[in-house]
Amino acid sequence: MAVMTGANTAGVDKEVVTRALNAELQDKGFLLTSAEDIINWARTGSLHWMTFGLACCAVEMMHTSMPRYDAERFGIAPRASPRQSDVMIVAGTLTNKMAPALRKVYDQMPEPRYVISMGSCANGGGYYHYSYSVVRGCDRVVPVDVYVPGCPPTAEALLYGLMQLQRKIRRTGTLVR
Amino acid sequence: MTEALKELGAQIEAKRPDCVVAWSVSFDELTIDVTPSNIAGLVEFLKSDPNCKFSTLVDITAVDYPERAKRFDVVYHFLSMYRNQRIRLRAAVREDEMVPSIVKVHPSANWFEREVYDMFGILFSGHPDLRRILTDYGFRGFPLRKDFPTTGYTEVRYDEAQKRVVYEPVKLVQEYRQFDFMSPWEGAEYILPGDEKEGAQ
Repeated sequence: MAVMTGANTAGVDKEVVTRALNAELQDKGFLLTSAEDIINWARTGSLHWMTFGLACCAVEMMHTSMPRYDAERFGIAPRASPRQSDVMIVAGTLTNKMAPALRKVYDQMPEPRYVISMGSCANGGGYYHYSYSVVRGCDRVVPVDVYVPGCPPTAEALLYGLMQLQRKIRRTGTLVR
Repeated sequence: MTEALKELGAQIEAKRPDCVVAWSVSFDELTIDVTPSNIAGLVEFLKSDPNCKFSTLVDITAVDYPERAKRFDVVYHFLSMYRNQRIRLRAAVREDEMVPSIVKVHPSANWFEREVYDMFGILFSGHPDLRRILTDYGFRGFPLRKDFPTTGYTEVRYDEAQKRVVYEPVKLVQEYRQFDFMSPWEGAEYILPGDEKEGAQ
């Protein structure tokens, strides 16, 4: 038998978890988990984002929800109302004039709420960092969970950012009692 | 094209000698220098004259020349769909001088004049609602004047204690740096940074 010299490209067995779950389900007829786990799972599976399109990044945000990248297969969908959304995507240049409005919308979102800062301008002012009218990063106004770099970030990059947020929720999500 | 523009320029000067200070054709574009007090009359003339029919107002803007006594140039662009011509009017104004509004002739001038007022602080007499249009509520200063610093004077932040967005004086971690290198399109007509000794020889 030949010896493999290159990197191991086989990867993990993607079926192993599903198979184990199936076996447990067939054996006992039910699955056991904690309430916290299942609530976190539900949260990651239905992220509705508050669209806050401010500039060209908004176009990429639209692409993310469109069929090619199809964010809906992860349960991620745009929701125009802040009162019914879980995550706000700040997509574009946040100006001084817009900052109070952004904060107002953020305050209207129900807990737990998350913020994704999309693009250079929202991350730290970007091209307009030294401008008289632009906020130097939207984290001066709202607390940010995930920063997506790029100018503008591609739809894939935003989708990756959303998946990073899902991971963050899975790992750190707690029930406030 | 240039010939037609020269003809048009001469024609306008002949018909309204009181308004036209000078005119020139450069880069295939006709520019007419106007005295600010006559601007409304000339715009009306350009709109109604059968040889001009400049019925579309494309833009109003201004340029700041801080070294001049008449500090600003207010610039008007018009388009004639009937004659397939464009024209530019230019009026030099002092800082304390008012420019007559052309809203009565071109209603679309309303927001353009508000923008010029917002960015340069040039006042238009006879404007129905001259207030700021683009900058923040309560903004001070005129951003496109050359003596206005790029970074401005205030910045915003959300204050956890007051639960609202507050304004503060600008604090920058790093100063704005202008990298004034040679333009690859036009070539530098000045001594490049680092070449000072070379130029002295």
